[in-house]
Amino acid sequence: MAGNAVTIDNFKFDPATLTVPVGSTVTWTNKDEEPHTIAAKDGSFHSPTLDTKGTYSFTFTTPGSYDYICSIHPFMTGTVVVTA
Amino acid sequence: MTDERDPHAMSRRQLIRHSAWFGSAVVLTVVGGEVISHIAGSTPTSSQATRPALRFAQISDSHIGFSGGANPNVAGTFGEAINQVNSLGYTPDFVIHTGDLTHLASPAQFDQVKQMLTGLNTPHVFTVPGEHDTGDDAGQKYRQFFGAGSRGDGWYSFDVAGVHVIALVNTVHLPKLGQLGTEQLDWIEKDVAGLSSDTPIIVFSHIPLFAMYPDWGWGTEDATQALSYLKRFSSVTCLNGHVHQLFSKTEGNVTFYSATTTAYPLPHPGDGPAPKPITLPAGQLHDALGVREVTYTKGQQALALKDQKLQ
Repeated sequence: MAGNAVTIDNFKFDPATLTVPVGSTVTWTNKDEEPHTIAAKDGSFHSPTLDTKGTYSFTFTTPGSYDYICSIHPFMTGTVVVTA
Repeated sequence: MTDERDPHAMSRRQLIRHSAWFGSAVVLTVVGGEVISHIAGSTPTSSQATRPALRFAQISDSHIGFSGGANPNVAGTFGEAINQVNSLGYTPDFVIHTGDLTHLASPAQFDQVKQMLTGLNTPHVFTVPGEHDTGDDAGQKYRQFFGAGSRGDGWYSFDVAGVHVIALVNTVHLPKLGQLGTEQLDWIEKDVAGLSSDTPIIVFSHIPLFAMYPDWGWGTEDATQALSYLKRFSSVTCLNGHVHQLFSKTEGNVTFYSATTTAYPLPHPGDGPAPKPITLPAGQLHDALGVREVTYTKGQQALALKDQKLQ
């Protein structure tokens, strides 16, 4: 779990870049008091709005590099690198 | 969204005739970031004695649904803001809510804020969306509740008392900062094409149309293009929310005014790692919240703004 987890704290994705093997499910957890979303720049995934303590999971079935932002605070950026 | 002006012009005249407001209120005019106060009418000139052609109120960033420590009762303070607008001593020609109506864009939150807005004593309530209203579905739910009569992502314009009012949406496409987008920019250009250059212009948006603090997304990427269409107008006033604090800036013919919130304060630009809600010491929250009155008097180039703390 820990290896596939991204924490949102202080308006930052941590880790900012996460590398996982294909088929992995990544889970984001919002620890801020402000809501956040996880939105892929290529549109391949988009979470609902996560309130405090909210979580979102997405399973990556195709290798590649996925850049994402929080669509509420788009200066927040992260990347999931999916290896074959 | 259209405005039937004549009936309200009549009621404005009647109100002015019977109201002492314009003769006694302390008017705060924000110029270049400084708040200048004077007793309205204390320097009587023929133009100042003229009744205002337009009076409206701005409220912003109600964040209905927020439940954090910075304000555990945002519905309560929003209700107080509505009551304060209803206690101005006159009926505003309209009230504009400059976005972040909701915190999480849930249907229940949209329904609640819409119900509460019906408590405003004004003929018209206008809105623009904030990124909290549009972040999860590009504004579909927002437009279901508030999009009637608008175009595109929810933009529109109307004319009232000789003033052209443009309501923009810059929260649906957020590459990093706010963005208006090509379709909206083209619409703005066409929208103002037929107006004479002495028509006062008021622009509403949620995110500032000036670069207040881009690192936190407090700016609009393509605002310069929009403002280029407004360059020929002698008076352009841009009113925004988003930043939860008062601020103003003048660039040429354009003056920008950021409004405060009815919910919770945010840090000053760059003060701390992120624009996180600030929890103030007990008893200080109301001083950070507020409502704004805006007055336009024919013959005066600048609009008069009066920012009131929440009482």
